[in-house]
Amino acid sequence: MISANLLAVFYLISGVLFILALRGLSSPETSRQGNLYGIIGMALAIGVTIISAANFSTGFIYLIVFLLLGGSIGAFIAFKIPMTAMPELVAGFHSLVGLAAVFVAISAFLNPAVFNLGFPGNIKISSLIEMSLGAAIGAITFTGSIIAFLKLRGIMSGSPITFTGQHYLNLALGLILISLIFYLCKTQVDTWFWFIIAISFLVGVLLIIPIGGADMPVVISMLNSYSGWAAAGIGFTLENTALIITGALVGSSGAILSYIMCKGMNRSFFNVILGGWGATDQTSLNKSKDNKPVKNGNADDAAFLMKNASSVIIVPGYGMAVAQAQHALREMVDALKKNGVKVTYAIHPVAGRMPGHMNVLLAEANVAYDEVFELEEINNDFANCDVVYVIGANDVTNPAAKTDPKSPIYGMPILDVEKSKSVLFVKRSLSPGYAGIDNELFYRDNTLMLFADAKKMTEDILKNLD
Amino acid sequence: MEIDPFIFRLSIFILSIFIGYYVVWSVTPSLHTPLMSVTNAISSVIIVGAIIAALANQSEKIFETANIFGYLAIVLAAVNIFGGFLVTQRMLAMYKKKKKDKK
Repeated sequence: MISANLLAVFYLISGVLFILALRGLSSPETSRQGNLYGIIGMALAIGVTIISAANFSTGFIYLIVFLLLGGSIGAFIAFKIPMTAMPELVAGFHSLVGLAAVFVAISAFLNPAVFNLGFPGNIKISSLIEMSLGAAIGAITFTGSIIAFLKLRGIMSGSPITFTGQHYLNLALGLILISLIFYLCKTQVDTWFWFIIAISFLVGVLLIIPIGGADMPVVISMLNSYSGWAAAGIGFTLENTALIITGALVGSSGAILSYIMCKGMNRSFFNVILGGWGATDQTSLNKSKDNKPVKNGNADDAAFLMKNASSVIIVPGYGMAVAQAQHALREMVDALKKNGVKVTYAIHPVAGRMPGHMNVLLAEANVAYDEVFELEEINNDFANCDVVYVIGANDVTNPAAKTDPKSPIYGMPILDVEKSKSVLFVKRSLSPGYAGIDNELFYRDNTLMLFADAKKMTEDILKNLD
Repeated sequence: MEIDPFIFRLSIFILSIFIGYYVVWSVTPSLHTPLMSVTNAISSVIIVGAIIAALANQSEKIFETANIFGYLAIVLAAVNIFGGFLVTQRMLAMYKKKKKDKK
């Protein structure tokens, strides 16, 4: 047996280890050790909890069985998952945290005495509020993450689903949730508790369906944050320091990531959450559909341009992930380097479907992380660069963000691709990007369009480089 | 007058938010994806609540409803813990520095 005080100290230690785990991520060198701290913290928390329960009967055996069952599923997924599927994996994992929070809240509600919260029908008011909040946020995280998962996986269309009165419905449901929590505290009737969970499930769905595919970086970060707040809510209920610390860390981490993503798109958080982009300026959209001349190139031209350049900057985007072109890209870059070309990578904060998505893919393809630069670090280099190779990106290079106040992306920070001597655009067609706006870069004299699948084109260029 | 223990927990909570704020801003943007997977893994420390719930009242019946929800939560959290830490490990192992090649 461990005394309650000693147990609390151990939980505090795991909390500190979790802080160190996040701290380690400040640089790739220290990150692996950070992850180890996280694992130790988790093992410690689980270990002392089991010892303190001091129940080594049949229940203990079931506990180990279930732990190993979940653990092996998790380990299997972790080893099998391709890096391109990381956004939906993270969304799926968030849903599990959310549902686990709901389940823990339910068992605390059904059997409050175990957690020293009072007795069924007479639970402490503060605990009731905490567990309803934990359950509600957990439930929203669960269904919201499921929708995000389905959208990212392509099972559900990525386009926003909107209907009239949507925001009022959400507002009404929010108010109903608050009043249900109020009635639950007043009457202790368990029906209210089940209603809270059911409505929260619904809210989770409604919150995420109006948000479009390219806004997924914000959605994932936001759900990350929610899962943290749910954990913190449960932490208050269970009076557990490790959970409170972790919940606060994860909650603020997700909130910061959401902020960074919104800033990368120059949109307010509410603008993203309330959904629907590109529906704004239809007139300027249609005007640009005229047949403007486009310079159409092939792999041979692209290889010639890049081979004779002294510096090349690669701008990857979601299209690279879709085409799984990262390995081919790195081989092409290796060949260029052999020819004495200086090659660097430029990554826009919202490239891809989750924060840091492109960095992981490039790391997977063995691109050294000190050749990969963020927008602020590299944006001045475009002016001195000979060739920019844009692979699967579009809106993040669109100069309209700087020049056209009417454009929906006006004010969004972009990579100054247009300043380089020539631009190569690998794209499957001339279709506009996610924002639904045309990119004037396509029609410039120094732009060469390469219409092909990103992977195929990169491989063809590689062949032509030899 | 004694201070309610809730206030202590609230203090821990608020201070942890600040720690989280400063620690996360120092995370390099190239590691934002591992940051999400590791925060996901550590938030599964909610498993401690699940374990307590699962092991409660074992003397009479092994599977009271409350226990069942505890066990279910254990499975879910365990998927996340193992999956989250291992996938983070896998990603972090890929981040390599440029080899000093001769120019």
